[in-house]
Amino acid sequence: MKIPLETYTLPNGLRVVLSEDHATPIVAVNLWYHVGSANEREGRTGFAHLFEHMLFQGSAQVGANEHFELIQRAGGTLNGSTWLDRTNYYETLPSHQLELALWLEADRMARLLPAMTQEKLDTQRDVVMNERRWSVDNQPYGTWWERLPALCFPPEHPFHHSLIGSMEDLTEASLDDVATFFRTYYTPDNAVLTIAGDVDPAEARRLVERHFGAIPRGTGRPALPDMSLPPTFGGRRREVVEDAVVAPRLFLAFRIPPAGADAWYAAYLLSAVLGSGEACRLDTALVRDQAIATSAGAYTYDLTKGSDLLVVDVTARPGTDPAALESAVEGVIDRVISEGVSAEERRRALALLETAWVTELQSAGSRADALSKFATYHDDPALLNAELARYDGVSAEEATAFARRYLVAENRATLLYVPRAEVGAEVGAGEVAA
Amino acid sequence: MSAPMAGLPPRPQPGTPRPYHFPAVHRTALPNGVKVLVVPMPRLPIVTAMTYVDAGATADPTGAEGLAVLTAASLTEGIAGYEGVRLIERFEQLGTVASVWADWEGSYARLTVLKAQLAPALEMLAEVLRAPTFPVREVERLRDIRLADLVQQLAEPRGLADERFDAFLYAPTTRYARSVGGTPKTVGGITREQIVAFHDRHYGPKTTTLILVGDLTLEAGVELATTAFGDWRHAAVRGPAAVDTTTASGRQIVLVEKPEAPQSELRVGHLGVPRLHPDYLPIVVMNGILGGFFSSRINLNLRERHAFTYGASSSFAWRRAAGPFMVGTAVKTEVTGRALEEILKEIDAMRAAPPTASELALAADYLAGVFPLRFESTAAVAGTLASAESLGIPEDFYSTYRERVRALTADQVHAAAQAHLHPDRLLVLAVGDTAAVAPMLEGMGLGPVTRVAADLDPTEGR
Repeated sequence: MKIPLETYTLPNGLRVVLSEDHATPIVAVNLWYHVGSANEREGRTGFAHLFEHMLFQGSAQVGANEHFELIQRAGGTLNGSTWLDRTNYYETLPSHQLELALWLEADRMARLLPAMTQEKLDTQRDVVMNERRWSVDNQPYGTWWERLPALCFPPEHPFHHSLIGSMEDLTEASLDDVATFFRTYYTPDNAVLTIAGDVDPAEARRLVERHFGAIPRGTGRPALPDMSLPPTFGGRRREVVEDAVVAPRLFLAFRIPPAGADAWYAAYLLSAVLGSGEACRLDTALVRDQAIATSAGAYTYDLTKGSDLLVVDVTARPGTDPAALESAVEGVIDRVISEGVSAEERRRALALLETAWVTELQSAGSRADALSKFATYHDDPALLNAELARYDGVSAEEATAFARRYLVAENRATLLYVPRAEVGAEVGAGEVAA
Repeated sequence: MSAPMAGLPPRPQPGTPRPYHFPAVHRTALPNGVKVLVVPMPRLPIVTAMTYVDAGATADPTGAEGLAVLTAASLTEGIAGYEGVRLIERFEQLGTVASVWADWEGSYARLTVLKAQLAPALEMLAEVLRAPTFPVREVERLRDIRLADLVQQLAEPRGLADERFDAFLYAPTTRYARSVGGTPKTVGGITREQIVAFHDRHYGPKTTTLILVGDLTLEAGVELATTAFGDWRHAAVRGPAAVDTTTASGRQIVLVEKPEAPQSELRVGHLGVPRLHPDYLPIVVMNGILGGFFSSRINLNLRERHAFTYGASSSFAWRRAAGPFMVGTAVKTEVTGRALEEILKEIDAMRAAPPTASELALAADYLAGVFPLRFESTAAVAGTLASAESLGIPEDFYSTYRERVRALTADQVHAAAQAHLHPDRLLVLAVGDTAAVAPMLEGMGLGPVTRVAADLDPTEGR
C-alpha cells in the first residue's frame, strides 16, 4: 500500500504536501507548526498550549469562536493539539468546502494579533486551568503526564517541564507573550500544510498560493538548545507518589535513541513484543499468569530530538503490594534480556503492526497528520511510504541486542503510584534516587 | 463576523457538493437463520468481520447484573484445543485482535484483518461464538479484573458521576439503575455456570448477525459466512423485548461527597425516550443546538462565555427502551452553583422559543455534513450496522438521514424541546467538595439536598 503524494515549498518557506484520494468526497487539511512546550521560556510553562487555545479566538477577518462555527456549519470536524515539540491544527470537511478551511488557516497564520484581547486571554486561561483540573488534578494518576518527563529529563532540558503548565505560570501569561510567540513561531517557514483526500492537486496549488502565498516569511527563531543526552540514564531513578488511587500503578521508563534513528525501530519492535495486543509478554505474565495486574502496556513517546523514551505502564489489581508489582514488572524486563526476542514474537508484533497501519490510514485525517509529521520532523513526507519496511527490517537478533543494551537496570526510571494509606517503609516513601 | 479587509481574499463560497452515498448493504440469511450483511468497500486490502448477538445486558438475570458483559468478554478465552493466551496468539499471528464486548442490546465481536487472512480469522471468530470453552481459571480471572475496573471507575470523579446518575435516576428494581457491567456486588457473585448457561440460552444462529465490510464481494462474503456459520444448529432465545424504565420518584438534588475536590462533576437530566421514538431526528437536532457539539448553547455559555469549564455537553442515550437525557460537565468548585444555574436556564430557553434560523441551519448542516466523515473505515461501517441491527433501526435510515435532517423546521425542533425536556423532573447530581458545594446547592431553592458518601451505592437496599 502506497500513499500518493506530491510536495513543494512556497517562496515564503511554507512546506506543502498534497495527497489525492477520491474514494469519499471529503478532504483533510492539516497544519503542523514546529513549536511546542519545549520552546517555552522560563516561567511560562503551559504557554504553547494556551496559545493553541487562542488560535480559535478569531483573527482579522474571523470572529471569536467563528472558526469552530464556520467549519461545523460546513459539515466538518476540527481541533488542535499541542505536544512537546509541535502543535497541530486540523479540519476534515466535505471536499467542496476545502477553500473555507484554507482561508481560515491562512487568516490566523497571517493576521492573528488584531483579534487578540485581554478578555479572550483571560477566558482561555480559565478554560485551560479547568482543563488542567479535569485531566491532571482531579484524575487518579493524572500527574503522571508531568512527573514522568520531569523524572526522565534533566531540569534544564526543554522536555523536562509540564506541557499543560503550572497554575502560577498560566496566571502570568500576557498579551505581550501572545504577540511575541506568534511572531516568532507561527510563520510559514516554521509550518507544514498537508491536504489529503478528495482534492485535485492543480486546484489545491492554486488555492494554497491564493491564501498563503503573500504571508511573509518569519524573521528567525531561537534554536532549541542542544538536546542530546548520554545514551542511557546511567543509573536508577525512582519516585514514589502517594495519590488518591485504589491500586498501585507503575511507569517504568527507559531512555532510547530518538525516533527516526535505525535503533529506534528496534526499540519500537521491542515495545510491541512487550506490550502490543494481548499475547505480549507483559500481558501474558502480569495480567494472566501471575494475575497481579489489570492492564499492562508499553509505548514510545516518539520524540525525534536528542533521545526518546520507551515506557512500560502497568496497573496492579487493588490490594497488590506495590513492591511486588515492581519486582514482577522488572522480572518481565529481565527475562526478555536473558531469553532474547524469538522469531515468532517478532512475527506476531509485525503482523499486528501491519494491520493497524493499513487500518489507521483509511482516514484522510490520519493520512494528512502522518504526512505532516514526516515533513516536519524529517523534511520528507515520502518517508511515510518507507515506514513499514523499516519496522520489517528489524531482526529478532537486533531487538534482542537492543534490549541488552537499553533495558538494563542502569537505564530504568521508576514512577510508582501507591494508594495514600499504603505508603510504607517497604517501598521507601517519597525517596528519589536519581 | 468581522468585515472583509481590503486586498485580502474574501470568505470563500463553497464549491459544488460531490454526491455521497452510504455504502450499499447486501442483506441475506443462511438457511439456519444467521443474518448476513455484506458491504463491499474495496479501497484497501482489509476486511472487518463483526457479529452481533441478541444477548445484551437487559437479558441479565436479577442479582447477576454484569453477566452479559462478562460472558462476552470470556468468549475469546478458549475453544477446543486452544485455551487462554494460545487462542489470543492465534488471532494475533494473523495480525488481528478479536474484540468482544456487550452493551444493553447485544453482544459483539469484531476484528479487522488483511484480506489474505480473512478466512482463517473468520473461522476462529465463529468457533469463539459457537463453542467457547470458558476455562474456569480464565473466567474467574476476568471476573476479578472486571471487579477491579469497577472499583477504579468509582474512584474516578467522572466515572462515579456517570454511574451514580443512572443509579439515582432509575428505580432500584430496574436493570438500568445499575451500569451495563453491573456493580461490584453483582459481578462478585457471577459463576462460570451462569456464564455457560447464559451463552447456551442466548447464543445461536437465529440470534446472530454477521457483518462483513471491506475488500470482498457479496458472493465471497456469503461463501465465507456459510463455511464459518452454515452448520451451526442451536436454539437460542432473544433478549427481552420490554425493559422496565420506572424512575425513582420526585425531584432529587444529590451531592456525592468528595472532600477537597478542585472541580465538581455535574450531571443534570431526566428520563429520555427509546431510540425508535418517532421524534428521534427532531430530538437529535434539538439536542445538537442545546449541547450536542462545540458550537452549541451550553458549551459556548459554560466554556466560552463564563470559562467555568473545559467543556460541557448534553446527550440522549439511545437504547431500545428509554435511556437518560443528561447534561454533563466538570466545573471549578467555586462556580458549581452558577454553572448549574446556567444549565437550567439553557434547558428552559430551549423550551421557551424556537431556535433561530441560523442555529437550526448550523445544527442540521453540521449533522448532515459530518455524516460521511463517520464512515471512512470498515470498522466504523460495521459498528454502525451492528448497532442498527441491535436497535431495530430501519434499513433506509442511513440512505435518507441527510435529507431528513435538513428538512426539519424550527417549529418541529421547538416542539421536540417542549415534548422531551422536562425541567420539573430534573435529577441534579454533583460529585464534589461537600463544604463548598452543599451551601451553593441548598441556596438555589431547588429542594432538599441529599448528601451521600462516595461509596454508597443507591441500588443496594434503598
